[in-house]
Amino acid sequence: MRNNKRISRTVFILLGTVLSLLWLYPLYLIVTNSLKTKAEIFTNKLGLPTSPTLANYKDAFLAMDFYRSFVNSFIITFFSVVIICICTSMAAYALSRRPGKLSSFIYFGFALLMLVPFQAIMIPLVSVFGSIDMLNRIGLIIMYLGLASSMSIFLYYGTLRGLPQELDEASLIDGSNRFQIYLYIIFPLLKPTTITVVVINALWFWNDYLLPSIVINKDGLYTIPLKMFYFFGEYTKQWHLALAGLVIAILPVIIVYMFLQKHIVQGISEGAVK
Amino acid sequence: MKMKRLTYWAFLAPCMLALLIVIIIPFALGIYYSFTKYNGFQVTAFVGLDNYVKAFLDERFLRSLWFTSAVSFVSVIGINLIGLGLALLVTQSIGKFSTLFRTVFFMPNLIGGIILGFIWQFIFLKGFEGLFELTGLSLFNGWLSTPETGFWGLVILLLWQMSGYIMIIYISFLVNIPREVVEASIIDGANAWQTFWRIKFPLLAPVFTISLFLSLSNTFKVYDQNMALTKGGPFHSTEMATMNIYNTAFQVNDMGYAQAKAIIFMFIITVITLIQLYLTRKREIDL
Repeated sequence: MRNNKRISRTVFILLGTVLSLLWLYPLYLIVTNSLKTKAEIFTNKLGLPTSPTLANYKDAFLAMDFYRSFVNSFIITFFSVVIICICTSMAAYALSRRPGKLSSFIYFGFALLMLVPFQAIMIPLVSVFGSIDMLNRIGLIIMYLGLASSMSIFLYYGTLRGLPQELDEASLIDGSNRFQIYLYIIFPLLKPTTITVVVINALWFWNDYLLPSIVINKDGLYTIPLKMFYFFGEYTKQWHLALAGLVIAILPVIIVYMFLQKHIVQGISEGAVK
Repeated sequence: MKMKRLTYWAFLAPCMLALLIVIIIPFALGIYYSFTKYNGFQVTAFVGLDNYVKAFLDERFLRSLWFTSAVSFVSVIGINLIGLGLALLVTQSIGKFSTLFRTVFFMPNLIGGIILGFIWQFIFLKGFEGLFELTGLSLFNGWLSTPETGFWGLVILLLWQMSGYIMIIYISFLVNIPREVVEASIIDGANAWQTFWRIKFPLLAPVFTISLFLSLSNTFKVYDQNMALTKGGPFHSTEMATMNIYNTAFQVNDMGYAQAKAIIFMFIITVITLIQLYLTRKREIDL
């Protein structure tokens, strides 16, 4: 019996290892080829580089104006996420502290809006924001607030329902107003949910392409995904630069993942299941 | 103590305003545009149902819908089989390896669609060419140059990207199955296979509803990956519905027509996901 268990354990570990290597193989190919010269990629696609060089990285870094694209992506992601956390937790707090028909109706409305796919509003969104001269970064952040609201409100509302009202009432009697209670008592208690909201939205905005490609049309404001098209023009494809560019583009997310893995995986799973 | 009415609305206002100008107004406007000729600046004519009729006769649009459904159908089955398989594997008692494997399988999910598309473009064009030169198997030859390889290329990309995500969802349910239930079945003499089919599988019914819903709606709405992998080529044969709508809107500049297509697209997604939810919920109750 025990022997059996040890054998099956070994088999599972072996199987997992083989699958993991298979899973990582595409990334391995990208990284090894990014260290080759343009000529070597044509003759030696699968092997290790004969004389590894970082020259591609230097060129790609400059070509995609990495520093600026990174800052652009960061600004949009950071401000959108902060604004979403504040606004949606406040909205969910209000809904949870005035239960009744009105709140149920509003909550149901939020749920219904989640069914609208982005394509159905893409065109009029451009005309609405264009007509008020908001096809810019602030406009983009407002769009993200609108698109992400429903989901984030759900997550916060689910947690808030579990927090007893007595908590607020004690402070109300002490003379605090609602905003102070929200800020100093409620919001800190929502921290685990806030992590989930941050993770799912930050990943979305950081990686988003379609919406920024429509809204941002100045080269200097391009985010990392928009900038990747530099390497993939109509006729020229310089794989050696493109591969280095791809590695540079993935690196920030992978580094963050290594440090915050537990939170990220938990955030994704809570966001999906609730 | 209820929240005061004024405070209530003040707390709700930012989100409601954003939803109003980002979703509600554009959605209403979109329905109106779908009945007009609209070039992005002004509505030049009211055309009634013409755009809708045109869409149902538009071969390229119909093909993109068919292609989308096929990609989605095959990927959803693959993603869920692989995702469940991986989840069962990493929840075995294999100690630290469990975390390591989870980390690896989930990683592709962090990479954005555009970058994923470009990565796989290299794998299919150059990596597969290398495998072809190495093995001589014609299986690896000429990827992304035909409709079939474009189709399977996109499916493989989606499997690689989303299986780890669905795995995480299955894991969160698998770890919640009470230990005693599983142990009792083992004491009763059930082997691993029987334990899975007779005990775990029926208890997993609610998670199938969720993971099928998520994988279905995520694969149906794919745009970035499609754009970066094949850009719809060769000859629009791998163009998904989202790309067809985008091209009609921003390349042909026929915005009213594109909007009608978008409404049809929305209708199809809603119907398909509702059918799926109905069927899996019914199964949940049956089990």
